[in-house]
Amino acid sequence: MEHKCDLCDKPAQVHEVLIKNGQKHEIHLCPECASAQGYGGAAGQLPAKIAKKIPTGEMTPERTAPACENCGLTHAAFRRHGILGCPGCYQAFEKQLEPLISRAQGGATHHCGHVPDQQSGHLDRQLQRTRLLKQLNEAIATEQYERAAKIRDTLHGLSGPLLGEQD
Amino acid sequence: MNDPIEPTSWLGDSGDDCDVVLSSRVRLARNLAGVPFVGQASDPDRNEVVGIVRRSPVFADHPDGLSWLEMETLSDQERTMLVERHLISHQFADARFPRGVGLSADKRLSVMVNEEDHIRMQSLAPGLALRDAFQRVAEIRDELESTVDFAFSPRWGFLTACPTNVGCGIRFSVMLHLPGLKMTEELGRVRQAAKDLHLAVRGCHGEGSESSGDLFQISNQITLGDSEEELLDKFRDDVVPLLLKYERASRKLILNEKRTMLEDKVHRALATLRSARILGLNEGTRLLSMLRLGNSLKIIEKPGLKTIHRLLLQVQPGHLSSMMGIGLDESEEDARVVRASLVRQALEDVLQ
Repeated sequence: MEHKCDLCDKPAQVHEVLIKNGQKHEIHLCPECASAQGYGGAAGQLPAKIAKKIPTGEMTPERTAPACENCGLTHAAFRRHGILGCPGCYQAFEKQLEPLISRAQGGATHHCGHVPDQQSGHLDRQLQRTRLLKQLNEAIATEQYERAAKIRDTLHGLSGPLLGEQD
Repeated sequence: MNDPIEPTSWLGDSGDDCDVVLSSRVRLARNLAGVPFVGQASDPDRNEVVGIVRRSPVFADHPDGLSWLEMETLSDQERTMLVERHLISHQFADARFPRGVGLSADKRLSVMVNEEDHIRMQSLAPGLALRDAFQRVAEIRDELESTVDFAFSPRWGFLTACPTNVGCGIRFSVMLHLPGLKMTEELGRVRQAAKDLHLAVRGCHGEGSESSGDLFQISNQITLGDSEEELLDKFRDDVVPLLLKYERASRKLILNEKRTMLEDKVHRALATLRSARILGLNEGTRLLSMLRLGNSLKIIEKPGLKTIHRLLLQVQPGHLSSMMGIGLDESEEDARVVRASLVRQALEDVLQ
């Protein structure tokens, strides 16, 4: 059956089915309205006009999962390909990843193996710091303070003296 | 690549349990802290990863002398040959972004940069030699760690692009020749048992590849919750011996109950390979597998495992085209004629 757009009379090409509180809600949008309502952008935010169609209540974890602030990967994109975007995704999607990893790993939930020796200082660590500093400045310039705080923490976590620093 | 037809040293005729185990491999996955994983990274990010890894002592000072191959500079034929030697993956060969591989002089070590993870380092050894392979790759890991910060979480361990590889990021695998289990139709049960033991059973070229020549790659899927040593011990001491026991029992059963049938199959395979003028890849691999079984059970003395292993490699498209001076895109019919000629000649040389 061909659906018309929920917001205008054009043929709908973007379709979404949400299950909330055991009830099914369908959304049908034409490409223009879908774009205007934020579909195709970051996941997790439901357009206001669409949200009105649905009773209030908790969203399913899949829909409320945030995108990774570090690399922009959405949880939906991760589910499609099974590949994460950056080390920060492990924090961004921790709740979703916990059961997945535990299932794949025969119930294991914590690392028990080799821990990297991060005591030595060197050139490439300096390069990584330079890169993180650049990202930090960009985050501050664009007022992404939460992201900036995470980058700052990562910077603090990089151990070892820089070239030219005293041990 | 300077040695397109040099036999690969990890595929010899020796090694523990070489009647069933062709080779052992240990692979470690690592990613650089603060850099997007390869799939999400930009080309400048990927180039930066290549630069960081190449400046590490693994390339500068390592006694194994890892040499660097930029993938973009290799021909399709050379990339295919590296896949056939198990030194790079299919996905890595086919990708179209900055990436490269470091290879040791003996072709037992390879360090892929910008595969699914930033770094995938692996060590290969003939026969059942998982500890040797692990020790060698651990040396490379330690050297890389001295200059590179890896993405690491105290809880999850080494962070990998695919979350199911997290933890130690380690994969132990053995390439097994299982014609006995195939002939006794026990492979289904083995696959089920492997699944219960959290093992992956794949074709001889890993993920997504079909089994050919009764060759199977068996590897662990658990990478979290145990140390590398514990994972190694479980795989080497519990899992692999079980599979070897099943395969040897199947071979013994066939020898006891259908010896003449088996001898007939082995000698027919040898006669076909010595005489054929047209030989497809699947047929060639299947017949070579039969020779390998015949040699392991002492039904035939020659050709030996070394020759059989070399031919199993050389009948594949990349090696065949390189050795015989034909294009990789040669018609399959022409390739089959060339393949038959190569095998005939090799067998005549050792059977004289």
